[in-house]
Amino acid sequence: MTAEAIAEAPVRPVEATPGKQPMIGAPVRRREDRRLITGQGRYLDDLELPGAYEAAFVRTPHASARIRSIDTTAAARLPGVIGIWTGADLPELVKPIPPKVSNPLLRDMPRYPLPPERVHFVGEPVAVVVAESRYVAEDAVELIEVDYEVLPAVSSTTAALAPDAPRVHDELDDNVAIHVTQVAGEPEEALRTAPHRLSERFVIARGGGHSMECRGVAARYDVGTGQLTVWPSTQSPHYTRNMLAYFYGMDEDDVRVVVPRDSGGGFGPKAQFHGEDAVIPYVAMLLRHPVKWIEDRSENFVATMMERNQVHHVEVGFDDDGKLIVVKNVFEHDQGAYCAGLQVPMITLSTLPGQYRIPNIHTELIGCYTNMVPTSSVRGAGRPQAVVAMERMMDRIAEHLGLDPAEVRLRNMIRADEFPYKVGLTFRDGSPLTYDSGDFPSLTKAVLARFDYDGERERQALARSAGRLVGIGLGAYVEGCGLGPYEGARLRLTNDGTVLVTLAATPLGQGYETIYAQIASDAMGLDMEHIAVATGDTSRIPFGQGSFASRTTVTAGSATLQAGRELREKIFEVAAVLLGAPAEELCFQGDRVCAGGDPGRSVSLRDIVQVSNIGKHGITMPRGVPAGIEVTSYFSPERASYASGIHAATVEVDPDTGQIKILRYVIGHDCGNVINPLLVDGQVLGGFAHGIGNALYEESFYDDAGQPQSASYLDYSLPSAIEVPKVELVHQFTPSPLNPLGVKGAGEGGTIPVPATIANAVEDALRPFGARITSLPITPAKVFAAMTATNHR
Amino acid sequence: MKPRPFTYLAPTSVDEALAALAEHSFDAKVLAGGQSLAPLLNFRMASPEYLIDINDVAGLDRVRRVDGGWHIPALVRQRTVERSPELRAAFPLLPAALEQVAHPQIRNRGTVCGSLAHADPAAELPTVMTALDATMRVASVRGEREVPAEEFFQFHFTTSLEDDELLVGVTVDDLPPATSTGFAEFAPRHGDFALAAVAGVVTRASDGAVGAVRLVASGVAARPQRLTAAEKVLLGQRPTPDVVGAAERAARGEVDPTGDIHASADYRRHLVGVLARRVLTTIAEEGDHA
Ligand SMILES: Cc1cc2nc3c(=O)[nH]c(=O)nc-3n(C[C@H](O)[C@H](O)[C@H](O)COP(=O)(O)OP(=O)(O)OC[C@H]3O[C@@H](n4cnc5c(N)ncnc54)[C@H](O)[C@@H]3O)c2cc1C
Repeated sequence: MTAEAIAEAPVRPVEATPGKQPMIGAPVRRREDRRLITGQGRYLDDLELPGAYEAAFVRTPHASARIRSIDTTAAARLPGVIGIWTGADLPELVKPIPPKVSNPLLRDMPRYPLPPERVHFVGEPVAVVVAESRYVAEDAVELIEVDYEVLPAVSSTTAALAPDAPRVHDELDDNVAIHVTQVAGEPEEALRTAPHRLSERFVIARGGGHSMECRGVAARYDVGTGQLTVWPSTQSPHYTRNMLAYFYGMDEDDVRVVVPRDSGGGFGPKAQFHGEDAVIPYVAMLLRHPVKWIEDRSENFVATMMERNQVHHVEVGFDDDGKLIVVKNVFEHDQGAYCAGLQVPMITLSTLPGQYRIPNIHTELIGCYTNMVPTSSVRGAGRPQAVVAMERMMDRIAEHLGLDPAEVRLRNMIRADEFPYKVGLTFRDGSPLTYDSGDFPSLTKAVLARFDYDGERERQALARSAGRLVGIGLGAYVEGCGLGPYEGARLRLTNDGTVLVTLAATPLGQGYETIYAQIASDAMGLDMEHIAVATGDTSRIPFGQGSFASRTTVTAGSATLQAGRELREKIFEVAAVLLGAPAEELCFQGDRVCAGGDPGRSVSLRDIVQVSNIGKHGITMPRGVPAGIEVTSYFSPERASYASGIHAATVEVDPDTGQIKILRYVIGHDCGNVINPLLVDGQVLGGFAHGIGNALYEESFYDDAGQPQSASYLDYSLPSAIEVPKVELVHQFTPSPLNPLGVKGAGEGGTIPVPATIANAVEDALRPFGARITSLPITPAKVFAAMTATNHR
Repeated sequence: MKPRPFTYLAPTSVDEALAALAEHSFDAKVLAGGQSLAPLLNFRMASPEYLIDINDVAGLDRVRRVDGGWHIPALVRQRTVERSPELRAAFPLLPAALEQVAHPQIRNRGTVCGSLAHADPAAELPTVMTALDATMRVASVRGEREVPAEEFFQFHFTTSLEDDELLVGVTVDDLPPATSTGFAEFAPRHGDFALAAVAGVVTRASDGAVGAVRLVASGVAARPQRLTAAEKVLLGQRPTPDVVGAAERAARGEVDPTGDIHASADYRRHLVGVLARRVLTTIAEEGDHA
């Protein structure tokens, strides 16, 4: 893949100290690379807890069932088995896990870590075995006999909403978990009077996050101190700590959650709290012995949360020029057996209008319970679906009016001088949905130029006349990112003279050890080599939210900037006393603070910290020297900042087989100011690979009884390096006014518009047949079916 | 994903291996490259009491020339065959198919015979060996026997090997003069098991007409399927586009695949026709140039 920026270098918001090379915006290589590339990464399973027991779960093979009885006698007799607990054995854990994002309209049904009576999806845990090894634990699992009363299940929103559908939850009279409508303007009236109307139904399949490292938890209880230490593979250590304190009725500070330094990815599902997270530390406490559970891939396929499945009924009204008058989007959201959080459909709800000025909007969510593993955010989080709904219709409008699809988009785009732009809908925090900044037309034009759009259209025409099926697709999007409530940074001058940046947010491969050192370096005017970064340990910093929703650079980055500025002042306060020079005359030179640029009048960071944190008893601090050089800062954005972008693709379809080949792919991306262009490109390209999976390959199949049909990589097609084509990158940098760094999120933009862009291109390729592509992923089998359907017409 | 307990045996000679197989028979499994067996063990879909690892057995890891052909013993890796200059020259069909089997890492471990003994109906090698009319060399303490490929593959993951028998190797006879071969498959991703594949071996008479033909498809039945109706269309004809088209239709008509989550029966049937046409078109062009 090639990545090439065509725009100017990013705007640098922080004036670095004169003479110092600015680090923000510099393509600094990751500090993490060496250890990861040389196999020195340390993941959860590398954690050595001598003598730790290992756990395995008994999971229901039925999508909907009542547990009549569980017989553990034979398993308990197996040598090497330490303990077995069913849900009924652990009444303390029969507490519902609350949804991460809720809504007053939600008809919430309890999700228990180890449900004692009733199970609602295949893979839900019903008992845990702790043994001397995972081998023995799995042998024991096979010996446990569960008597189930199997009940009818539903495994699609269509089945869930059918009039006589079996009910997922006995307590409810139907399977609707939530029904929310948002309206701007007069959509019904506008639809009645619009000169043109088009409608379509789009289906987007379920798929998973598929982090290379699955989930896992290890825990050790120290009877002496009453402290529980938990090592989960999570994106949100503080959330895990809070949940565990709530489950066990323990003091927050007695639960320490430490995330291993390296992570094999998160992608969303690891920002959730799963039942196993509560069970493992609890049995470790009961046993007073360390216990480890490392999820294997078979478990990951059935028990780790997934996303994406939505059915969209979209209708648009527009005028003769292709200008949008109204959009109506009614969508069924499959949230699985329980509501783990409403973030995904809420994001869909507000992402729909995208880059366009639309006076009348109706967007309506019907969230359904189904007998499948619950839904959580997976990179993109509800946005790819919204972009499919909107961007596919933009192409249909162009087709209907005989206009060029790029032109139709440009005619409808919000202009650069319209920011802050109020969309007319409400954001999920209840505030008016407002875009902070961007320049959609200019990025679109830059992408079209790079793509050589007119030339591509000419080549397409030539190819078509030679009988080849070549198509071009565009897909524009906005991404609300950098969300609150807050994230923090604690900066401290340690006793060896190093500045330690401590974050609550935990990295999943984004290079935190590098970029937060870059930010602190510019904030302080101190070289990066004197700055270290620590993450993911609740005992190091008390408050935090976690790494998800493309939010950490905005929140933790701004907190680091603020704290770095203050720490510099504190250090200079001490140096001023020691050097007898005013603070304004001081600057850093290497690891020394220097007065008036004279190396002869300087003091090292180590000496400074020795004075402020003197190791002797009964001494009086020198006047003017503060004790302990430390600053903690939290940043709370006013509202989401909006990243944006547009993708362009050329594809060719093999008329014999329906195989899709991507011939060109250009990504236009605007995430505001860039801290490290190498890492932003890495995020965009990695996200693109995810998008390719969503567009062409990945689907978690369930049969009508709710049985997973693609529960291994034999049947679940994850794209490999070969399937990810070459990409050309075009960057634009529109700073966000909502944070001092001017940054926006970069974690998901590579993914979001890929399904829509490729679907547009494939339908364009098939235009000679008039074939319709309405279901994602677009497999060759579906293309073949679409071509034959129109052949018979 | 941990296997059930088993006893591990590592014989160092064919006789030792056969003795172990005779003793444990139904309760034992042979371990070659482990690329199919290890996942089955980990999924607990196979739970043999004894695992007979043949990787230390001497004398099974070199391809050798035999009278009128080549012999590929049980420990020859797929990658070795794919890269062998002699075998590439003798049977271009082998590298053409092997390049599409999984990924290089897997082919470095996986053996040719392991794939044949495993008899996955979607696998490439059983189809290719059927097209090449290869002979399986099978041994047990009771003696040795030879089984033609077409009799060897019986059903999904089932061969004519008895519980105490070892596939010691596969022999492929040299192709007659004026013979062309071709292979084509369709898999959504590189390295996947194919939704369908077709292998063809065509010998032309002096007038350019098809004198002998073996056309075999995988992914459409419980074992490699000879496309006899398509073969009949071709026999005695020059493979002109019209004849190839007729063979395509015949191939499509004679298979009866089942649909699954990845592809409908209709689509698979269609693919067999397309792939047969592609194989025959390359063969026809090659033959016309010769
Ligand atoms: C990710 C992945 C992708 C793959 N993709 C493909 C693909 O696209 N196409 C394809 O054809 N294959 C594919 N395979 C399977 C691969 O080709 C295997 O190597 C092959 O099927 C088995 O060969 P092996 O030597 O590894 O046998 P093993 O796994 O060791 O054994 C397989 C079976 O054969 C038996 N066996 C092995 N050798 C003998 C013998 N000499 N005598 C008697 N019984 C024996 C074993 O007992 C076992 O039952 C894939 C495998 C993986 C892991």
